[in-house]
Amino acid sequence: MTDATMALGGNDAPPPHGVEIEHLGPAPKRIVTGYGFWIFILSDMVMFSCFFAAFAVLAGQTAGGPHGSELFNLRNVAIETGCLLMSSFVCGMASIAAEERNAFWFQIAMAVTCVLGLAFLAIEFREFADLVARGAGPSRSAFLSAFFTLVGCHGLHVSAGILWLLTMMAQVFAKGFRADIQRRFLCFALFWHALDIIWVAVFSVVYLLGSGA
Amino acid sequence: MLGKLMGKLTWAAIPFDQPIPLLAGGVVLVAILAVLVWVVVKGHLPYLWEEWITSVDHKRIGVMYTLLACVMLLRGFSDAIMMRMQQAIAFHSNGFLPPEHYNQIFSAHGTIMIFFVAMPFVIGLMNLVVPLQLGVRDVAFPTLNSVGFWLTATGALLVNVSLVVGEFARTGWLPYPPLSEMTYSPGVGVDYYLWSLEISGVGTLVAGINLVTTVLKIRTKGMTYLRMPMFCWTTLASNLLIIAAFPILTATLAMLILDRYLGFHFFTNEAGGNMMMFMNLIWAWGHPEVYILVLPAFGIFSEVVATFSGKPLFGYRSMVLATMAICIISFMVWLHHFFTMGAGPDVNAIFGIASMIIAVPTGVKIYNWLFTMYGGRIRFTTPMLWTIGFMVTFIIGGLTGVLVAVPPADFLLHNSLFLVAHFHNVIIGGVLFGAFAGYTYWFPKAFGFRLHEGLGKAAFWFWLVGFYVAFMPLYVVGFLGMTRRMQHYDVPEWRPWLLLAGVGAVLILIGILFQIAQLVVSIRQREQLRDHTGDPWDGRSLEWATSSPPPVFNFAFMPDVTGGDAYWSQKALARQNAPVEERQYEPIEMPRNSPTGFICAFFATVMGFALIWHIWWMVIAGFVGAFATFVVFAWRDHDEYQIPADEVARIDRANIAERRGMVSAAGSLS
Repeated sequence: MTDATMALGGNDAPPPHGVEIEHLGPAPKRIVTGYGFWIFILSDMVMFSCFFAAFAVLAGQTAGGPHGSELFNLRNVAIETGCLLMSSFVCGMASIAAEERNAFWFQIAMAVTCVLGLAFLAIEFREFADLVARGAGPSRSAFLSAFFTLVGCHGLHVSAGILWLLTMMAQVFAKGFRADIQRRFLCFALFWHALDIIWVAVFSVVYLLGSGA
Repeated sequence: MLGKLMGKLTWAAIPFDQPIPLLAGGVVLVAILAVLVWVVVKGHLPYLWEEWITSVDHKRIGVMYTLLACVMLLRGFSDAIMMRMQQAIAFHSNGFLPPEHYNQIFSAHGTIMIFFVAMPFVIGLMNLVVPLQLGVRDVAFPTLNSVGFWLTATGALLVNVSLVVGEFARTGWLPYPPLSEMTYSPGVGVDYYLWSLEISGVGTLVAGINLVTTVLKIRTKGMTYLRMPMFCWTTLASNLLIIAAFPILTATLAMLILDRYLGFHFFTNEAGGNMMMFMNLIWAWGHPEVYILVLPAFGIFSEVVATFSGKPLFGYRSMVLATMAICIISFMVWLHHFFTMGAGPDVNAIFGIASMIIAVPTGVKIYNWLFTMYGGRIRFTTPMLWTIGFMVTFIIGGLTGVLVAVPPADFLLHNSLFLVAHFHNVIIGGVLFGAFAGYTYWFPKAFGFRLHEGLGKAAFWFWLVGFYVAFMPLYVVGFLGMTRRMQHYDVPEWRPWLLLAGVGAVLILIGILFQIAQLVVSIRQREQLRDHTGDPWDGRSLEWATSSPPPVFNFAFMPDVTGGDAYWSQKALARQNAPVEERQYEPIEMPRNSPTGFICAFFATVMGFALIWHIWWMVIAGFVGAFATFVVFAWRDHDEYQIPADEVARIDRANIAERRGMVSAAGSLS
């Protein structure tokens, strides 16, 4: 090896099997934004998993109070789930409208998403109020603390999502489908679908398993 | 009426009867006011606002993070030296710090040193350096970056407000329930802790997302993963850990908040609460946190060792592997923080073995640094001294760590000053020495002039000797049975060792004074210390390929990387007199500055303070303000501005001329 190749070589051993994987430089903005938001969603899921873990630890700690099977109304939960899953579908329609730059259908789809989200929140709020009225509030037992926190945290996410949704509708109305607004909408759609995934876990772990016990 | 309006806040919250916090708070307040008055009178306010406070330039934000860390280091060190003085005096007496105050001091010391010194120091250096090393113009999310910094500053501010308004937690740096529950800590101290960490935790998460996205998605052409400098790899690992671990902290502290504010039963004694769940959750964050701090330091040492040995880093690929191994194993050892809390021998054995396994990749790294130095032409500059000091000190800390990772040994040593000595051994010897090495190494890149070498070396020696004098005695008193956090004691055998530790703290104080002197002298002699070329150390990675300080756009042309040690190969090409083609300069788009981060942090401060004192209307006002800020930011029409091609060409040609002059001067010498 000559001096020059020594100096140039540095750490760079020849790639295996003679395959050179070339890197073309920074990714475009849309990729970067979406990627960053995916990472945020992953971190949010880590947070939820803590609340799931807490629920799993405390699910049996009813302190003489009511069990899940005495409290949960699966019919209501089924309606809630239906609302949220449908809202996700309609949100997908809004994504298509945004792709097509069709403001009219975009606003309609977003409005329907919003109404379905609000319906979900209303049912959840009624469930919470009913539980508190029956003396099964979050300070009754560790089980109920974990229940209200896990489900409530998801509800808070949906509320924040609705605030974001309304802001997006206003932005598209005022500014149209600018590139940065499209990127924001991509993130919003990811967020809204992620809430569905979390809800599927909440539905299964909290309500289905909880009603059986 | 007013009482209701201000929640729990009354005049009684100001500690008029306690001279030490009042005096300390008063001095800090006067200092802040004096600086503010000076800034306004001298007319620096518009400059500060436009160039720093609203800046979204990663280099400026990195500098501000580091500055925050340095200021908070002074606060955290004042706590430390007060504790050392207390324990030196409080033999058969009460010392000068009453117990409730002493407890606040050790809680604040730990909280501040971890969250507001070590964290902003490493995040600041990563922010400053990583985009430059990757050969790009900015991070992935510049404005969010500014938001993250200012939220961290909010957390630091709230901790310091607790000095004069109310009190800080007396629970230790991790608020173990049930002590931290409302029943046993009814004051606002724990609430100050919880809200400042929730807010700064959001800031840290934002920084983590930003840096991971930057490393994975924003690299210059040809910068493949295995061509990245080691510091970029450790940044990636550390920030992956932030993303996976900080949400756990947020969730855990949120549960404690719900317990304290709304009577939930996550960790209480009553109604089925489970306080062991807190131990598990907090350390599921806490152990990765250790590596969040030390991995960037490992990266800094790798850069420094390679540069000052004049050789490529030995075993680059094994270093990458070791880093990523640590990244994963760090999530599998958390239980060793509470072997004595009843997990049973089988579980303890598994976590004990895992804790020993994680020492292996760290050992790999130590050997790699040693072999990098072996046969190299070593220059003993200040950053190199910090690195060698680290290698010796960290090995001792690592060995005592392996010792406490053995469960039976831990049953004897847990909660003693042996443990305190161990974690200071690794955090000071690992993280802080790394931060100081990075500070000295990259200071010329950030400001365009080097730091004074003589004073830097003096600071190093006082820190190093001071560290050993302060903490080796703590190993001894740990063996002699002294538990941590004692406000007074009556065992005569401990006394001489604690007096010696007090002397060590004074030596460290002298080290800090030398560092302050170094900064002041260097600023005054900046013309002699000027770094003309942008490459003061004969560096190997791309941050040295641009001028010092770099222009706002970092690189006029994004470098095209063809191998590891990218800048080293560029220089080698230049020495072979490869013809340099004249390139066409093009205008560059850069993100506009934005006050979003600062305003957002203002509302977060209002909200945090209001939550601590139960001033509910102010909480709502703060939330509405923060949301409005984001909407206003989202409504902006122009988020970028253009730097004309002529301007780019002028800046770039000036730097090239400086470098050519340097090269030809070197050529005539040889």
